Formats: sequence, C-alpha cells, structure tokens
Amino acid sequence: MSHIAIRAEGLSKFYRIGGRERYYTLRDSLARSFTVPFRWFRNGRQPAAVDCQSPVNPTLRSVNGNAQFIWALKDVSFEVKQGEVVGVIGRNGAGKSTLLKILAEITEPTTGWAEIRGRVGSLLEVGTGFHPELTGRENIYLNGAILGMKKAEINHKFDEIVAFAEIEKFLDTPVKHYSSGMYMRLAFSVAAHLEPEILLVDEVLAVGDAAFQKKCLGKMGDVANEGRTVIFVSHNLAAIAQSCEHGVLIHEGCVKKQGRINEVVQEYIGAAATSGSCVEPTAVEHVTGLNGIQVRKVKLVNGLADSFSVLWKQPLHLTIDIEVTKPLHNISFGLGVATLDGVAIFTVHNTDLSNELWSLAPGVYQISVKVHNQLRAGMYNLILGAHEAIAKTSIFYIPDAIRLEVATPTDAQDLYFEHNAGIVNGSSTWMLSNHLQGTSGDCMLISR
Amino acid sequence: MFKIGAMEMDGTVAQPLTKIIKPSYGWMPIRLDAIWAHRELLYFLVWRDIKVRYKQTLLGVLWTVLQPLMLMVAFSIFFGRLAKVPSDGLPYPVFTFCALIPWQLFSQALTQASNSLVTNDRLITKVYFPRLVIPLSAVLSGLVDFLIAFIILLTLMIYYGISPTSALWTIPIFVLLAVVSALAVGLWLSALNVRYRDVRYTIPFITQFWLFVSPVAYPSSIVPEPWGWVYALNPMAGVIEGFRWALLGKTEGPGSELVLSFAVVVALFIGGLYYFRRMEKTFADVV
Repeated sequence: MSHIAIRAEGLSKFYRIGGRERYYTLRDSLARSFTVPFRWFRNGRQPAAVDCQSPVNPTLRSVNGNAQFIWALKDVSFEVKQGEVVGVIGRNGAGKSTLLKILAEITEPTTGWAEIRGRVGSLLEVGTGFHPELTGRENIYLNGAILGMKKAEINHKFDEIVAFAEIEKFLDTPVKHYSSGMYMRLAFSVAAHLEPEILLVDEVLAVGDAAFQKKCLGKMGDVANEGRTVIFVSHNLAAIAQSCEHGVLIHEGCVKKQGRINEVVQEYIGAAATSGSCVEPTAVEHVTGLNGIQVRKVKLVNGLADSFSVLWKQPLHLTIDIEVTKPLHNISFGLGVATLDGVAIFTVHNTDLSNELWSLAPGVYQISVKVHNQLRAGMYNLILGAHEAIAKTSIFYIPDAIRLEVATPTDAQDLYFEHNAGIVNGSSTWMLSNHLQGTSGDCMLISR
Repeated sequence: MFKIGAMEMDGTVAQPLTKIIKPSYGWMPIRLDAIWAHRELLYFLVWRDIKVRYKQTLLGVLWTVLQPLMLMVAFSIFFGRLAKVPSDGLPYPVFTFCALIPWQLFSQALTQASNSLVTNDRLITKVYFPRLVIPLSAVLSGLVDFLIAFIILLTLMIYYGISPTSALWTIPIFVLLAVVSALAVGLWLSALNVRYRDVRYTIPFITQFWLFVSPVAYPSSIVPEPWGWVYALNPMAGVIEGFRWALLGKTEGPGSELVLSFAVVVALFIGGLYYFRRMEKTFADVV
C-alpha cells in the first residue's frame, strides 16, 4: 500500500477577476440576467490565466470595465507522501493560495478532486479570529478552537504556547494593547502548537522580528522532523529550501515543475532569469491592451556578458524599442522595479524632472533611459508602462515579463554585504569628532 | 510512515481518516455530525460574543434590560394609558414586558444571525468548519441576555403581585420555539446576505414590521375570529401568548394555533438548513 497523504487530480478553480467573486446587489443580479447572453458573445474566448494581484499598478488592470474571468488554478495534479514537507512556490497570483484553500476545504474546486488521508490543520493566516478586546489568555483559547484544537489540548499546551510567545507578563491584557510584534508572536505561537497529521501553511513566516522568525523556522523544522506532512507556501525561498525536501512550482495556475526542492527553486529562479540582454515582450505580456503602443524590444545596454544583469552599483541603462500604431498625445512613460514577490521598490517616469509629456506620431521609436541603481544583488522584476496623463488611461503595461539581475560584486572581500541588510544599498557619510581635543582631531571614516 | 505503522500496531486506528475534496452540485445532506464535532468551536464563539458584547461600554450588561424597560414605559404610556389598548385584564406594564422579553430574544437573534456570516468573513475565508456554526452561535449568545431580562420580568411580577402559573415548565418550549424561529429566518437571511448586501438594509425593516404583527403591545385576542389561524402563521404570536399564559395566567392557553406555528417554523427551518448548505460552498469566494 502506498503512503500517500494528499493526491490531487486535475484541480481547477475558476474565478471572476479580482481573486474573489464580488458580491451583488439584487439590482445588479436582475440587470445581469439580461446582459449575460451578450457578454458571453463578447468574451467568447477561453478565459486567460492572468495575474490579478499585480502589486505595482492595480488600477491599470480594471481599465476596460468588462467582466474578466480567470482560471486561478488549471488542471493541477500532484502527490504528497506521508511525512513529506513540500514547498509550493510561484509568483504573486500564481494560484498558490487558491490551492491551499481548496485543500483546506475553504473553497471548492470547480473541477477535479483531491484525496486527503489524515486530519488537516490549515494556517492560512496567523491570528485568525483574534479579538482585540479579549485578553491574551482568552485569545489563545478562542484561536486554538478556531484552528481546530480541542479545549483539553489547549489546556495541555497552554504554558508552552505562552512561553514560546514570550508574553507571560501580558497574559491578562487585552491584545489591542499589544505591540504588533507581541500580537504576531502570540498568534504564531498558538498556530505552531497545532498538531494535525497534515499541516497547510501559507506565508506565516513573514511575521515578527528576525530573531522570532528564526525561532519559527526552528519550530517548523521540528514539525518536519515529527513525521508530519506539511505543505508550505512561501515567497521566502531561503525558508522553503531550508525546511522542505520537495517542491511544487506553480505558474499561472498550472504546475510547472515538481520534484526535489533544489531543482524546483532553480527552475523558479531560472524562469526568472531572462536569457540574453534583450527582452521581446509578447502581446500576452502587455497586460492592459495594446492601445497604440507595442513594446518590441527592451535592451540592457550595459548588461554583463549577454545577460539581463547589471553589476552592483552600475546604473541601469536601458533602451526600449516601441512601435506606435496611432497618434498619441500627453504620454508619460514609466519604469518600476519590484522584488520577485511583488514588493515595489521604486518607480520612475520620464516626467519626473522635466514635466514634459510626449506626443508620438505613428512610427518606430527608441527610448533610452538611465536609472541610478541602488539595488542589492539579487533578482528583480522590471515593470514597464505608459499612460495618457490627462485622461489617465493606460496605454500599455508590462508587469511581469522582464527579469533583472543585479550581480554580486566579484571582489567578495567587500564588507558591505556582510554588515548590511535590506533591499537597497544605503549610502552614508560618517564623522567622528573628539570634543576634548577641539576640532582639529576630526576624522572622516567611510563614504559610500 | 512511522505514524501509520504505530497506529496499526496498537490497533486504535486501522486507517487514517480519508476525505475526498471535489466539486459538489445541487442539494447537499445536512451534516449534523459535523456540527457536533465542532461543538467546542460553537461554545467558544458563543463565549466570545458574550464576553465582547459589552466591553468598553459604560452601562455594560444593563443595556440588556434597559432597552425592553424603556419600551415597556413607552408602550405603557402610549398604548396602555392613552390609546387604552386592552391587556386581557392584566396590568399593562407587566403585560407588555412579558411579551418584550421573548420578542427581544427573537429580534436580537434574528439580527445577529443574519449578519453573522458577513461579520465573521475572516473566519470564513481562512479556516474550514461547518459554516452553520456561525449563525448558530449568534443565536445562542442571545440566550444569556434573555436570562438576565427574565429575572427582571420575575421581579416585575413580584411587584405587581402576580405569581407564575403551574404551566411555568412550558417556558423552555416557547423559548425554543422563539430561538428556532429566529434561526430559521436567520439562516435564509445570512446566506442571502453573503451574496446580496441588500439584506443588511432589510433586516431592521423586517424586525420592525414583525414587531407590529406580533402581539407585543396588544393581545392577540383583538384579532377577529376568522383570522385567528392566519395570525398563528406568525410563530412569535404563539411564543408571546405562550409566555403570557404560562407566566401571567390570564389568557387562554395556546391551542391548535400553536401547532400551526410549529409547522411553519419547522418548514422554514428545514428549508433554511438546505438553502444554507447549498450556498455554503460559495461563502468563502463571495463574502
């Protein structure tokens, strides 16, 4: 007999755009019942799998008011053996959370099925059901019950939970008076003491300070060693690689790769690394319409040896070849950089300094742009877009086609990386003065 | 693997719990065993509602009795004293307060239950449990308020020198009828509320309307005879007259009309259960 804990066959989930179905008023419902045939006619083609939670410019997406549909998950099949710890990775909106919600029975699949053997506990959010007016003690019981623990079980683990969260002194204080760190520690602590046979975890490590994160990772490791089956969704590739043996890469609702975690992470990073110093975005990657501009080619002029990567501290020098198909006025071009999990780092526009909007006649153009680069070494997402600045309509928007790598400096003896943290490089000038000896003893230390 | 082996050896669990997740269609069976399995969650949700309800209020639990008391005063002055509404020979204040207590239980339970799914949307989108637990807990948490108000009613009866009849033991039956009525309607409205937020605005109107068609400010004996059975379609008429009969002892005991009330409630309740079950799977996507 095979010891399969979870088997999923062809799981699919269909949503209206926005990730959730919107709610209706009765009036809408009546109105819709008249227009449905027409809308099917208009949107007749297969719904496209679209990343619907783009972090950088969500407004651009709803520009055309028509209802859009997406397959949040499409024909997802996989198996998880008893005792395996499986990491699920993928970009924002790839369908990772939808998958967990289906396995946790929070929402039903549209088609397909899954077989689950064992008691399931799901942690899609820490602190679900925490009530601000209740004390820490009361919330431990409430949250425990919500997560599926029995009262006796909570009694049994109560001291352990409190000790893990380090909140002994505030046990009888309403949690609304907690600092956010304390709040998260308590919430995670309750969750960490859940002991189901199968544990579904979504993004919970994004909580608390670094020390507590480390402690949580340790606790997750314990969980793995206890022979429990765990499915773990995270953007934190390091955490995934550390605590999982197997991985599933989900891309636009489909399983793109599954297997050993290292291979899956490689595939994810590899998919992210664009080959060559040029990118030619396809029509699909122009997320909001082709309202007159199509981007033909994006080139990193100062890219390292035929790759879309730039050396640390080097400016980004890009050329963007565009084709304009109709006369356009008052156009503002923008460029943004985001982390792979969708955190926007910065955006810049051609209007930032000059305030001068561009007018374009049909034809082929090349835009050249230089961007001061403070990014630390790593992979980033380069986002391009243009909009008509008066009517504020989107002309094109490419959120997810270009991967930028910032390469590690070769002189690895540089202490900067060892000492500093963050997404961007800071730069600072430091002075030390000795007041006892007057101003003559000033010395300057480091300038970056 | 280790776990399975161990379980097989000591023979307590031969096979781990297996469940199939797949799309469901149409009407689903009511899973009472699933509710039973989540009874502790139900308990904690009721406990939370009660604990939180009067936090950071000045008057706290006094609010429970203040509302019916104020209504009693207003009704006594305007309906009892000025409009001379009959009260079956009972002192008007105790006559109307005896009705306001079950009425408040019912209307609070109905309102809370109808809004319960929307207010607990975080739970619905993040954790699995039978959703029926939510409106159920909303209805049950009203019972504590009811008990407190009931004590005030007994005090008022002592003041007016009225002692409860030997039919006092039937009160729990009427309480049950009121609670199930509220839950029956609450199930429909809460499920509808998830999809159509119009419901939220309808609820105050529904409870107000229902108050007027229930014998709170007047006795149901003023309803002319051929219409008596139509009036009994409103289960709260049976509940309120039952309260007056069992506690104050002046009106006639509830008869065949009560059977009709029960039938209406049971039909509404079972219909509500199935409708709720059918809609349950979409809650997390829509709420």
